[in-house]
Amino acid sequence: MQSEILFGTDEQMTSLMQKRKAGGVVWKVVFLFATSLAILFLLLLLVSVIDSTFGYVAVRNEVEPSQLVAGKDEVSEFSRAELETVLQEHLSSGILRRVIHEKPLEERSDKDLVSLAEQYVIKPSVVQTWGLGDSLLETASIKEFMAANEGLHLTFRSWINWSFLTSDQSANPLNAGVRTAFLGSLWIIMITFVFAFPIGVGAAIYLEEYAVDNKLNRMLQLNIFNLSAVPSIIYGLLGLAVFVRSMEHFTSGAFLSSVADTTANGRTILSGGLTLALLVLPIIIINTQEALKAVPDSLRMSSYGIGATKWQTIASHVLPASIDRILTGTILALSRALGETAPLVVIGASTFISVDPSSVFSKFTTLPIQIYQWSARPQGAYRNVAGAAIITLLLLLMAMNSFAIIMRDKISKKKRMES
Amino acid sequence: MIQHVGNHPFGKKHRPHEVVIETLLFLFALFSILITVGIAFILVRESFLFFADPDVDLLGFLTGKVWQPMIGLFGFLPLLNATLTTSLIAMLLGIPLGLFVAIYLAEYASDRVRGFLKPTLEVLAGIPTIVYGYFALTFMTPLLRSLFGESRVDIYNTASAGLVIGILVLPMIATMAEDAITSVPKDLRLAAYALGGTSIETTFKVVIPAALSGLSATFLLALSRAIGETMVVALAAGAGPNLTANPFKAAETITGYIVRISGGDVSYNSVDYNSIFALGLVLFVITFTLNLVSRKISGLFHQEYD
Repeated sequence: MQSEILFGTDEQMTSLMQKRKAGGVVWKVVFLFATSLAILFLLLLLVSVIDSTFGYVAVRNEVEPSQLVAGKDEVSEFSRAELETVLQEHLSSGILRRVIHEKPLEERSDKDLVSLAEQYVIKPSVVQTWGLGDSLLETASIKEFMAANEGLHLTFRSWINWSFLTSDQSANPLNAGVRTAFLGSLWIIMITFVFAFPIGVGAAIYLEEYAVDNKLNRMLQLNIFNLSAVPSIIYGLLGLAVFVRSMEHFTSGAFLSSVADTTANGRTILSGGLTLALLVLPIIIINTQEALKAVPDSLRMSSYGIGATKWQTIASHVLPASIDRILTGTILALSRALGETAPLVVIGASTFISVDPSSVFSKFTTLPIQIYQWSARPQGAYRNVAGAAIITLLLLLMAMNSFAIIMRDKISKKKRMES
Repeated sequence: MIQHVGNHPFGKKHRPHEVVIETLLFLFALFSILITVGIAFILVRESFLFFADPDVDLLGFLTGKVWQPMIGLFGFLPLLNATLTTSLIAMLLGIPLGLFVAIYLAEYASDRVRGFLKPTLEVLAGIPTIVYGYFALTFMTPLLRSLFGESRVDIYNTASAGLVIGILVLPMIATMAEDAITSVPKDLRLAAYALGGTSIETTFKVVIPAALSGLSATFLLALSRAIGETMVVALAAGAGPNLTANPFKAAETITGYIVRISGGDVSYNSVDYNSIFALGLVLFVITFTLNLVSRKISGLFHQEYD
C-alpha cells in the first residue's frame, strides 16, 4: 500500500500519534506549572508581608510597672493619681518641664498620661520579634527563648494599628508611625495630578484628534512610548538637576516672601511632585489616547454634520464620551506614582521628619521611602514596621483603584441613562 | 447679491480660539520631546563635568575594574557587571515563565481561568517595586541561604535580587507576549490543524515562529526594565561595588549606586555628585537603545499582519 510506504505501518503510526499526544500533555503540564508558579509568587509576596506584620514580640522594660505601683503589671491599670505621681517622681526635671510647658499634667487625658509614662519611665525596648508563622507554629522555641532570658514580656502584637497610622516617626520601633509619610504621599500625588493631568490629556487630544500622519507627529508618538519605558531613576536625576538645583529659588519657595526660610533647599514636595508628574506624563498620554481611540468615529462625524467645529466636537462629544476611561487611566498612572521610590530618593526626600508637611514648600517623606528606610535597617523589629507600612501602602493603592472602578461604573451608568 | 461672509448666517465664522486651542494642545504634545531633550542635556552636561575632573578619564571609566571614588578609581565595570548579572538572572526566570504563562493564557486557558488569571497578573504588576525589594530581603534571601548554605550565600547577593526582578517582570512579559500570540491570524492555526498538527505542534512550530518579532520586542523591553530596576537591587543586592561572577556574593549595580550616593548628603559639583549623572547616562543610553530596537521590531511585526 502506498500510505504504508509514506507513513509506515498502522502500528508505527499509532505509536507515533501516541508519542505526539504525550508530548502535548507534557507541555500542557509545564504551562500549568508555570502559571501556578506565578500565582504562588503573588501569594508568597502577600504572605511574607502579612507574616511580619503580626506576631509575638519580646519586650524588655527599663522599669517594671510593678516596681512603681505594687501589684499592678500594666501602666494602663494605674489610677489617675498614681499616674501623675509616677510622672512627677520619675521624669527627669528637663523632660518634665518640657511636658508641662506643652500642656500641664492635670489637663492631659488618662490615655495621654499612660503613653507619657510608657515612653519616659517604662522605656520598653524590643529584644526579639517573631513572624506570624513562627508565632503559631514554633511556640516551643519561643517558650524556650523566654525561659532563657529573664525579665522579658511576651505579647502578641499587630504592628499595624491605630497608633501606627496616627503617630509620627520614632527612634523606637514600638512607637514608630506613618502619619507624616502618609500625608507626604497625598501631597505629592496632588501636585502630580495638578501638573500631569491637563498636559497629559491635552497632548493626547492633539495626537489623537488633530495630528496628521507626518514625520513630526510620528516622532512625537515614538518619543512618548520611549519615555514610558525610561527607568524611573533617570527621572530622579532629571528632577535633581532641574527642580532641586536649577529652579531652587522657585521650588524652595524663596521667591515668596511669605514663606519662612526653610532648610529644604529645593528638596520640597513641589520638586517631588513635579518629578513624578514628568514620570507619569507619558503613561497618562498613552492611556488617554486609548480612551479617545475607543470613541466611535460616527460620533465625531454626526457632530461635524450638524455644523460643529473641531473643538466643539471634542469638547462636547468626544471628551464626555471618554471621560470615564480617561479618569480610570489617570488614576492607574497616579497609583504608579504613589508607589515610586527611586526618583524621590534621588531628589533627596528627607528620611526622618516628624513634622507634618504644611505647604508645597515643606520637606517630605512618603510611604515607599519609609518602607525603604525601615527595610534597610539591620534591627529586626524595623522589618515588622516596614511590613505594616507595606500593608498601609497596598490598602491605599487598593482604595484608589476601587475608587477608579466605582467611578467608572457610575459614569458609564449615567451615560447609558442619558442616551 | 453677495453678502459679506462674516455676516451671512451660514458663512464660516471667524473663530480665533480654535487655532489657539490647537496650538496649545500641540505645545503640550511637544512638551514630551522637551522631557527627552532635557534628560539627554542634563545627563550629558553633568557627565561632561565628571569627565573634566582630573581624576577621571574616559578610557579608565570604560575599562577600569575598580570603582572606588575615595581613592580616585572610576572603573565602571564592577557596576555594569552586577547590573548584567541581576538582569541575566531575571531574564532566565522571567522569560520562560512569562512565555509559558502567555501561551497558556492565549491558547489553552478557558474563559473562566482567564477571567481569574488576568486580574491576578494585573495585581502583580501593580505592586510597587519597593515591596518586591522587601520580598527579596525577607523571603528570597533566607530561602537561598537555607537552600545553598549560609556560608556560600551572602546576606546581600545578586541572585536574590535577580530572581525577584524576574518575578517583577513576569506579568509584563506574560501580558505583552499574550498580545503578540493572540494577534497571529487564526488562518495560520487552522492551516496547521488541517495538515494534521496537534495543538502543541501548532503552537511551537507555527504560532510562536509567527509571533517571534512581537515576542523578541517583549523580551527586549523586559530586559530594559530589569536593567533600570532600582529598589530591589538597592535593598537586596548589597552596597559596595564588587567585580564578581558569583551571584551569591554582594555586588552593587549601577542603579543601586546612584540611589545610595544620592540618598546620602552629597555636595553639588563634587565628583561623587557628577558620577551619578555619568552612570545615569550609561543607563539611559542602554535602556533607550533597547526600547527603540524593541519598538522597531514590533513595528515590523504589525506591518506583516495588518
